[in-house]
Amino acid sequence: MSIKQISVFLVNKPGTLKNMTSVLAANRIDMRAISLTETKEYGIARIIVDDVIHAVEILKDADFVTSINSVIAVEIPDEPGGLDTILADFAAADVNIQYMYSFVLNQADGKAGMIFRVDDTSGAEAKLSAKGLSFLTQDEIKAVTL
Amino acid sequence: MERYYQKEIETASREEITAIQNERLVKQVRHVWDNVPFYRRKMEKAGVTPDDIKSIDDLKKLPFITKDDLKEQYPYGLLGMPLKDVVRIQSTSGTTGRRVVAFYTQKDIDLWEECCARALAAAGATDEDVVQVSYGYGLFTGGPGLNGGSHKLGSMTIPTSSGNTDRQIMFIMDLSATVLCCTPSYAAYLGERMKELGYGPDDIPLKAGIFGAEAWSEEMRRDIEKTLGIKAYDIYGLTEISGPGVAFECSEQKGMHVNEDHFIPEIINPKTGEVLPDGEQGELVFTCLDKEAFPLLRYRTRDICVLSHEKCSCGRTHVRMRKPMGRTDDMLIIRGVNVFPSQIETVLLNNGYAANYQIIVDRVNNTDTLDVQVEMTPEMFTDNIGEIADRQKVLVDGLRSMLGLKAKVTLVAPKTIARSEGKAVRVIDKRKI
Repeated sequence: MSIKQISVFLVNKPGTLKNMTSVLAANRIDMRAISLTETKEYGIARIIVDDVIHAVEILKDADFVTSINSVIAVEIPDEPGGLDTILADFAAADVNIQYMYSFVLNQADGKAGMIFRVDDTSGAEAKLSAKGLSFLTQDEIKAVTL
Repeated sequence: MERYYQKEIETASREEITAIQNERLVKQVRHVWDNVPFYRRKMEKAGVTPDDIKSIDDLKKLPFITKDDLKEQYPYGLLGMPLKDVVRIQSTSGTTGRRVVAFYTQKDIDLWEECCARALAAAGATDEDVVQVSYGYGLFTGGPGLNGGSHKLGSMTIPTSSGNTDRQIMFIMDLSATVLCCTPSYAAYLGERMKELGYGPDDIPLKAGIFGAEAWSEEMRRDIEKTLGIKAYDIYGLTEISGPGVAFECSEQKGMHVNEDHFIPEIINPKTGEVLPDGEQGELVFTCLDKEAFPLLRYRTRDICVLSHEKCSCGRTHVRMRKPMGRTDDMLIIRGVNVFPSQIETVLLNNGYAANYQIIVDRVNNTDTLDVQVEMTPEMFTDNIGEIADRQKVLVDGLRSMLGLKAKVTLVAPKTIARSEGKAVRVIDKRKI
């Protein structure tokens, strides 16, 4: 089960990221994960939130350009070699990763979360499931409490 | 087979056209002299009286009318008829600070609608066609003009006006509309939307489209023709002269025939006012030969254009004007190349961007720089930087082929382009020359 990631277009100037987080904060949106990528002129904030539809609405109202797409969220053991094991499955299943980022899942259990953006999300899910990998669902992401 | 609405006049010989123009011009000059004090003053100042105007050879003796004159004479200063004979007004948006209000008698309306009927017939429309008019209705001349033309032709008219794209598509499909009239950018948008909904060119009942009121390129024409499965015809007009239908394209699609029995076009040097010969580029000037309520003579349109009297294979004899290349008042010279903002706009629209842009011209190390800032739209945004960069490059390439020079494209956040009075400021020239 893939989850929804929101991407937000941000011009590369001081304060623009803060403008975005202020909108989220004012509307009590909880970010589970965030990653930033940039060019000289603009950047993209990719975020995973507890309430996707509401977040997109309020961002749009605040004149942010957004885009929603599916990404895969995987729980991995927070220990040496944890990521390596998972990536071995990706390689074996011939799944190409466009980009990825990590987030804190449950420190007490020693678990970390990884977000993967792949070329063909549903195809990749099928291939990775066949390797025995399981994915975090939108509800599970939403229910995370630290 | 070429279709005509008024074949006799549309294919009249040059001698016949000249004879009509001579007679109408003499009468029209007398009309404005008698009925519009502004004209009388202007002619007196130029040392001309109606007696000096005996044929169209004397046209050049008449003074020009400019947009500034229109502004000064707003609202009633150029009215040529008593208000009791006026049946309607139309108006421009006034976004450039020059709102134009034009007046029409019933005869003026009929004449205008006949011009639009000629355009529709040239696009192949008959009384058996279903014409969907998706130009705005109201003060804008687009909707009322083509609506009237379609009535004159006897086609069934669907007056959808602009907007509500899915409803437009419903009418096109459900009522089997065969001719679409709207702006080219809206036609392109409709085409994209229909494609998204799964309609291919063969599923769409449309066969022709009449698109005008904004700049568009040949490339855009081909795209629209392909997506909608139609032949796309250009139409030209301006509220000051009547509205759409002052000139229109025939099946040749090589320039627009000016309805010369109603309007005389001239090309002048915008700096000196000198009349230029056929084939030379200059400012387009129109004289209305038989308009009653708003009879402009030698009106300077500020459109940069070329006229051609070459014989046209469609059989029409009226002079053709090329698609205007831009306006005299917004032309920029960048690295020696003439650049019109409308060309840049065309490239943006062709590539799916909104026409929300700003052109910043500067001079760095003695070289002009051109930076086109474009507001990011949800349609163009993805989470993938590589894809965004690819789209940016497509724009840069498109601008290079349209303008013949390299421009930088900068993507900016929505609603950040400076606006004054609600309208974006298009050009910022920082050069100190």
